[in-house]
Order: sequence, then C-alpha cells, then structure tokens
Amino acid sequence: MPDIFGIPPQALFGQLLLGLINGSFYAMLSLGLAIIFGLLNIINFTHGAQYMMGAFTAWMLLNWLGISYWWSMLIVPVVVGTFGVLIERTMLRHLYKLDHLYGLLLTFGIALIVQGMYRDQFGSSGLPYRIPDALRGGTDLGFMYMPNYRGWVVAVSLVVCLTTWFVIEKTKLGAYLRAATENPPMVQAFGINVPRMVTLTYGFGVGLAAFSGVLAAPIYQVSPQMGADLIIVVFAVVVIGGMGSIMGSIVTGFGLGIIEGLTKVFYPEASATVIFVIMAIVLLLKPAGLFGRVR
Amino acid sequence: MAEPMLAVRGLNAWYGESHILHGVDLDVRQGEVVTMLGRNGAGKTTTMKSVMGLVGARKGSVRYEGRETIDLPAYRIARQGIAFCPEERAIFASLDVAENLMLPPAVGPGGMSVDTIFELFPNLKERLSSQGTKLSGGEQQMLAIARILRTGARLLLLDEPTEGLAPVIVQQIGHTIRRLKSEGFTILLVEQNFRFAATVADRHYVMEHGRIVDEIANDALEANMDKLHEYLGV
Repeated sequence: MPDIFGIPPQALFGQLLLGLINGSFYAMLSLGLAIIFGLLNIINFTHGAQYMMGAFTAWMLLNWLGISYWWSMLIVPVVVGTFGVLIERTMLRHLYKLDHLYGLLLTFGIALIVQGMYRDQFGSSGLPYRIPDALRGGTDLGFMYMPNYRGWVVAVSLVVCLTTWFVIEKTKLGAYLRAATENPPMVQAFGINVPRMVTLTYGFGVGLAAFSGVLAAPIYQVSPQMGADLIIVVFAVVVIGGMGSIMGSIVTGFGLGIIEGLTKVFYPEASATVIFVIMAIVLLLKPAGLFGRVR
Repeated sequence: MAEPMLAVRGLNAWYGESHILHGVDLDVRQGEVVTMLGRNGAGKTTTMKSVMGLVGARKGSVRYEGRETIDLPAYRIARQGIAFCPEERAIFASLDVAENLMLPPAVGPGGMSVDTIFELFPNLKERLSSQGTKLSGGEQQMLAIARILRTGARLLLLDEPTEGLAPVIVQQIGHTIRRLKSEGFTILLVEQNFRFAATVADRHYVMEHGRIVDEIANDALEANMDKLHEYLGV
C-alpha cells in the first residue's frame, strides 16, 4: 500500500485506532460529567477516581471472586454507582445552592482520599487485567491489523454514548431530565420528585465512569493513578465541547481522540499538548465551548 | 358548611432573610374563580408559590381538600391535585412544544384530553415540533395553561396569565378561564388588571404588604371602585 503524506498506512491507521480508543474514553467520561454538571451544577472532580474504582472493582471481582469480565460490566457500574449515590446523599446535597467552587473542592478532596486508599492497598505500580478469551486475538482488515478487544471498546462506547443521547433527547425520562436541568422548582411543582432524580442522575454518571473503567482495565494498567491522569484531558474535552451538551460531549470526545492520534503521526512533539492548545483557542474564540450555551 | 377546597390560615413566608408574607388568610371554594389583586410587591405571587411549596420557608396552615400541606415538599403538594402556572410561564427551551405539553405527569383522574386542549388552543397543534421558547408570548401562555389541564389537577393557580399580551389574546385567555370554570376547575388568579379580573372572577381579595386587607364580591366591584383605586394606586 502506498504511503499517505509520506506516512506508512499501517502507522497512520494504527494511531487513528489508538485515537479512537482514547476518544471512546474521553466521550464516555465527558458525557457523565456533562450530565452531572447539567442537573447538579457540580463539577465532579471525583470522576477520574470513580473510573479507577470501576477498573479496580472489576480486577477484585476477577482475582478474588473469579467473577468474569462480562459480569463485571453489569455489576461494577451498580456497585460504584451506589457509592456515588451515598456521596450525593450525604455530602453533595448540601452544596447545590453554593458556588461551583465548593462542589469542585469537595469532589477533588474525595478523589484524593479514594486514590490514596487504593495506593495504600494496592501500591502504585499497576496490575494487569486479562483480556476475556472471546475478545483475544485480532482481525486483519486488509489495510491494518485490528486487535479485537480494541474494536470492541470503540463499538461498546459508541453504543453507550448514542443510547444515553437517545434516552436524554428523545424519551419522556430524558424530557424530565432536560426540564429539571433548566428549572428544577417548576418540575417539582408538576409533582416530580426532583431530589430523587438528582440522586439517580449522579449515580448514573458515576456508574458510567465505572463502566468505562471496566472497559479500560484490559487495555491500560489498573492503577490508582489511572483516573487522575485521564481526567485532566477529559476536563479539557468538556471545556472544548461546552459543559452541559450531550451530543457535544460525544462528538468532541471522539473528535479530539482522533486529532490527538493524528498529531502523534504527523507531529509527535505536540501530541501531549494538542488538546490543551485547542482548548485555549476555543476558550478565546467561543468561551461557552463549541456546543455549549451560555448560562 | 363544608370546608373550602383551599383554606389558607396565618400563612407566613420567607425568601432567605426577607419575610414576605405576614399571615395570609384566604379561602377558595370548589368551582370558584378567585383573584388576588394588589400592587407589585404586595405578596400575590409569593402567596401562590407558598401554596405550592416553592418558597424558602413557610409557616401557618395551607389545607387542601381538608389535608394539611404545610410540611409537604412541592412535588407532593402537586400530587394532591394543585397545579401552578407561573408568571414567567416557564416554558422549557430544551423541550419542543409537544414535550412541554406532555411533561407534567398525571396527578389525578379526569384530566382534559389532548383533543379538547387543541380545541381550546388550536395554535398549539400547529406548532408541536417547534422549540418551546420559539412560540410567541401568547402561545407560550397558552402552552403553560394547556400543560396543567392534562394532569387531572383540580385547583389551578394562574399567576398573571394576561401580562404583556395583546388585547385579543387577553380576550382568549378570559374565554378560556370561563370555559375552565364551567368544566369544574377551581381557579386562584393573580391579576394586576382588575377590569379583566371582573370578567372572570366570583370574588376578589386585595393584598397589601404581605396580608389580605379586603375581600370584594365581583358584583360589588362597581360600588367599591373608589376604594379599589386607592388600594391599587391607579
């Protein structure tokens, strides 16, 4: 196959796939952040730690109880989501009427505590998680060799993101969520239990982070720091896409993953910073983000 | 005599530190249309929001169909069968007209059918897929009323439904309120415009400084015109 702009196609597609994988995690995590921020007005800095908890919970289930990856995909979001519900009930609830800064500080503090506890328990070197047998190996697509598990991650992430988008934008439940994001007292006055909806929404956002953690476990090392490293980039993605926009989070997440991958091919020196450069430019030109509304 | 549908006694309400209502007493009987008149800042809107449970803190007694609601959260008050149409209309921008209309869940049996609603407000039917806030002011007001008719709520709290609307739309709102009364709805109305109020209401309360200071039957309105002008400062 001929080179493309002087780059061997295997290298190009390889980096594109890597970009798509990273983009999958950016999209799922920024989606959860956007939903939580929309309804709770909380910038959930614990999101990375909750993603890490997802990966660790899957690891513990497998290594301590022999529970498979497939069951983990169901169990882990519920377990970690319940942890989120407890945090919302006991702590976040008291902060809604205060400035964003308080929620950010509290969730940042919780993230540090959680990460510290995991580091104390498991060390910081990282633990391997075996790719489930059904997804081992790879497929030759003709123009590139695709590891099956990586294709699976991209596909599952797309399904999760689009399903979430559909539920929020096209169903009655989503209409409640959108309405409560705009005007919670009015939705209460219609007879809807908004505080319970807020709790469940936070639980869902946290569950989504934990689910991403399960998907990530076989790809990245399961380590206490894995979420903290990722979440900084995810916050940049959220800023670029615009807080509170569902489709914006998804498109921006995948898009920036791909841009990052391409940068690794064409100008590797910039690959670690390209997202932050884009963030700075977007903030200058469109402070509410590409898809955001000023609020 | 049977207890009124809505009985408010000694209602006090606060927004943060500010004490807005200082002991409001009022009754709304089944099937009545009752207005609250008064100057801006007299506490009319706050009275409605307090009945609905939407203020920071409230004390006193608000009984609906014989049940005390003062300690209930707003969503449980709504489920007793009370619906609120706020002054700012609160049409949701992120929902289209159909979603806005269908949003409030049923709180009781016998809600108005969507067909009847379209018969009352034919404009809405043609705009169902528009974004809620793209409607004209009059259409938004109609949508705000329409969406609470579906739910089976029997007591409607309408806060200044005619504010800022063209005379022909005000007439249509007046027609709608009389129609709702004939269908058995009970309505508590806030109005600045007592000439409009006179065309729809059975009784009027006058509010000043967070209290009810007078009650005037609609047929005594003419006789009390001087007093009313003084209350309202018109």
